[in-house]
Amino acid sequence: MDLIMPGVGLIFWTSIIFIILLLILGKVAWKPINKMINNRNQSIEDALNMAEKAREEMKQLKAGNEQIMIEARIERDNILKEARELKEQIVAEAKQEAGKEVEKLKKNASMEIAAQKAAAVEEIRNQVLDLSILVAEKVIRREVKDKKDNQVLVDDILKDVKFN
Amino acid sequence: MRRVLFISVIFASLLSIQAFASDAKQADADEAFDIKGMIMHHLKDSHEWHILDYKKSDGSEKIVSIPLPIIVYANGKLDVFMSSKFEHGNKVVDRGTNKYILHHDKIYLADENGGLTTEIQDGEEKIMNATPLDISITKNVCAMIIVSIVILWIFISVAKAYEKRPGRPKGLQALMEPLILFVKNDIVYPNLGKKTDKFLPFLLTVFFFILFNNLFGIIPFFPGGANVTGNIAVTMTLATFTFLMINLNGNKHYWQHNLWMPGVPVFVRPILTVVEIMGMFVKPVALTIRLFANITAGHIIILSLVGLIFVFKSLAIAPVTFLFVLFMDVLELLVAFLQAYVFTMLSALFIGIAVAEPEH
Repeated sequence: MDLIMPGVGLIFWTSIIFIILLLILGKVAWKPINKMINNRNQSIEDALNMAEKAREEMKQLKAGNEQIMIEARIERDNILKEARELKEQIVAEAKQEAGKEVEKLKKNASMEIAAQKAAAVEEIRNQVLDLSILVAEKVIRREVKDKKDNQVLVDDILKDVKFN
Repeated sequence: MRRVLFISVIFASLLSIQAFASDAKQADADEAFDIKGMIMHHLKDSHEWHILDYKKSDGSEKIVSIPLPIIVYANGKLDVFMSSKFEHGNKVVDRGTNKYILHHDKIYLADENGGLTTEIQDGEEKIMNATPLDISITKNVCAMIIVSIVILWIFISVAKAYEKRPGRPKGLQALMEPLILFVKNDIVYPNLGKKTDKFLPFLLTVFFFILFNNLFGIIPFFPGGANVTGNIAVTMTLATFTFLMINLNGNKHYWQHNLWMPGVPVFVRPILTVVEIMGMFVKPVALTIRLFANITAGHIIILSLVGLIFVFKSLAIAPVTFLFVLFMDVLELLVAFLQAYVFTMLSALFIGIAVAEPEH
């Protein structure tokens, strides 16, 4: 029966010891320990979140890079296309220009030839004229001995004349 | 760690047998060994810390025990003296107006003849002397102080370790952290949620106070062996703290449900009020009895098994006893944790109910 009769002294001392223990432990142990554990949990969580964020950023960066690559490729293609077009245009223009030039040169040349030809014809005509006059003169001057001689004479003269 | 525990349990069992061997000598004197008396003596609180008895070469009995301070208040006078003055109950201590007698670990005031007055009631001898108000530092109080110092030392050094090394725990800190986290995450948080930090210090203190007292109670020799958590005064006090935590922190919702239950017909409400108010007191009483009964039962079984040796007066029974005591000690180790868990769990649950915000 004594076993289930609580003793006053023990209740008194248990209360005092427990309250003192609670106050001291609460202040010097539970509070700092709990704070430290919470801090650690927080820092682990932060680190995880940060890693997640970094991964996300990395992904975005990668996507961005790809976008830039694609754009660069398009840009390059555009530039190449433009260059090709420009080249073709330049070549075409050059061809056209060259054609024109050739045409012009041809025209000039034919004009020159025509002029030269005219000049040559003129020259020939003049020389033929001179020659005719000369021949006529010689013929007239020698007075015809015989017809045969005349004929020889004309041939000689004509031999001397070189058509240049 | 497990091996250390295992070896210490074996060692403890051996020593417990050795310690009780002293009782065997007494048993030689009386023809029958008083096993009930032995068990009750070890279960109950004491005014001295008994360590061992031995027979001197001249045949006289020598009792080795640590005297503890006696603090008694009677007839308007406070008396403080050491329990060694009683000479193990053989001597009356005369403090002027008051004369004190120690009989079966209980202090009585001596009658006019300087002795005890006994009366036969229902076939049992009853001591009729007046008792003083006894607030002595008894064996249990002393054990509690020792345990508290151990707890303080452990957790102050753990707290320091956290400040020094906030990252990965090591050593004692690593040993205690799982327990602290267990109490926090598996006992307190599921019941209290956002209010965890407010009640965590109380519940952690309750848990470790009960746990360490349980564990020290299993050690059969000084500084263990005191049946602290198997004493109803201690468990009652702890349950009272839980009772106060519940009812001092109970919110409007809690009191409304206790005193005037909403949502039921008005004529049922007074009946429910009676039931709820009874429930308020039944909860701490259940806590008190559960812890007291579990720890006391464990002690009784171990003491009975050891006592078998002296009942049979044979050492041949010792190996059997040894195995059973070993088994019981390991079981008690489990019970030590289990009861600390159950007490803390239920305290957290009851406080959680009292502070819960209504969801409807």
